[in-house]
Amino acid sequence: MKPVEDKKPVREVKVVSRVLAVNERMAEQNRRRFAEKGIFVINVMSSPGSGKTTTLQKTLEAIMPEVSAAVIVGDVSTTHDADRLAVTGAPVVQVNTDAFGGDCHLAAHVIEKAAEDIDLDAITLLIVENVGNLVCPAEFDIGEDARVVVLSVTEGEDKPVKYPAMFRTCDAAILNKIDLLPYLDYDKEQAVAYIHQVNPGMPVFEISARTGEGMQAWVAWLKEKMKAKKVTSKSENR
Amino acid sequence: MHEMGIAQQIIDIATASIPPDMRPARVERVNLKIGKLSAVVADSLRFCFEIVSKDTPLAGAELAIEETPVVARCKDCDARWTITEPVFTCQACHSGSLEILSGRELDIVSIEIAEEGGHETGRG
Repeated sequence: MKPVEDKKPVREVKVVSRVLAVNERMAEQNRRRFAEKGIFVINVMSSPGSGKTTTLQKTLEAIMPEVSAAVIVGDVSTTHDADRLAVTGAPVVQVNTDAFGGDCHLAAHVIEKAAEDIDLDAITLLIVENVGNLVCPAEFDIGEDARVVVLSVTEGEDKPVKYPAMFRTCDAAILNKIDLLPYLDYDKEQAVAYIHQVNPGMPVFEISARTGEGMQAWVAWLKEKMKAKKVTSKSENR
Repeated sequence: MHEMGIAQQIIDIATASIPPDMRPARVERVNLKIGKLSAVVADSLRFCFEIVSKDTPLAGAELAIEETPVVARCKDCDARWTITEPVFTCQACHSGSLEILSGRELDIVSIEIAEEGGHETGRG
């Protein structure tokens, strides 16, 4: 392939570094900072249109004011999601990723910057609504304690096996829009089986954010996780 | 399109890794290890790298990508095997408790720098 006669000497310099080392360091920094402040952080990911924003809106309604929460919303552009979440009364910080080069995911430094606009002493839960995308966000640690993927019954049952990197790295899955099941040919058992094929034992919460069905179990899981990190009400502690 | 950001990281790390005695240098090749379970598309990465490497010591460099297979170990029975389909249960004992030994890599292993002898002109 290459002409041998013109071979110039080449020196190989060992590097051995994670390509995303900078992001990973920043994520660790975020994680330490949030831990110091007694904040539990969840990174919520999904494909576009899975009902992630509605799910989070209903989640906030269910846990507030018992849990004081704030939200960082990543979107390529527009503030629509942030506007919908702000209705709950939770502080919402919108991050338009096009300001960072049209990114398809939230990186750790973006979270660090967005967190500057949140009173970290006033919250115990930080919800990060990532950019709607099942590929890129899987690769970027943002300093979260738990990763949750939302999918809906209007998508293909085989999403988990099409995006194994995403489903492998998540701690729980939410299967949304189950109120639509009577009108669809969606094979829910198959979808759950695919999730468990990629991530055996992963909790799957079947919900309808619209009707509120199934929300209790999901919220209970979230509170359990917060308790496990010893995050308790700030009004009692301070 | 996070490959653009990844390409930029590769350039930053590679540029910082050029030994001072070799500067200015022309990097001919970047050796990467990318796991099959990482969310990176090699072709997209090459395309982005070509664009963002312009006017850097890595302009025109080849991205040599070693794709690492997904290798798992069963935490229950210690079986090891290569995962080729998105099925993450032990083939031997059907346990779902796995440790991923490889396949998540996104590593820059080394860079290969041309020993120029003199400063080459006409680059960039």
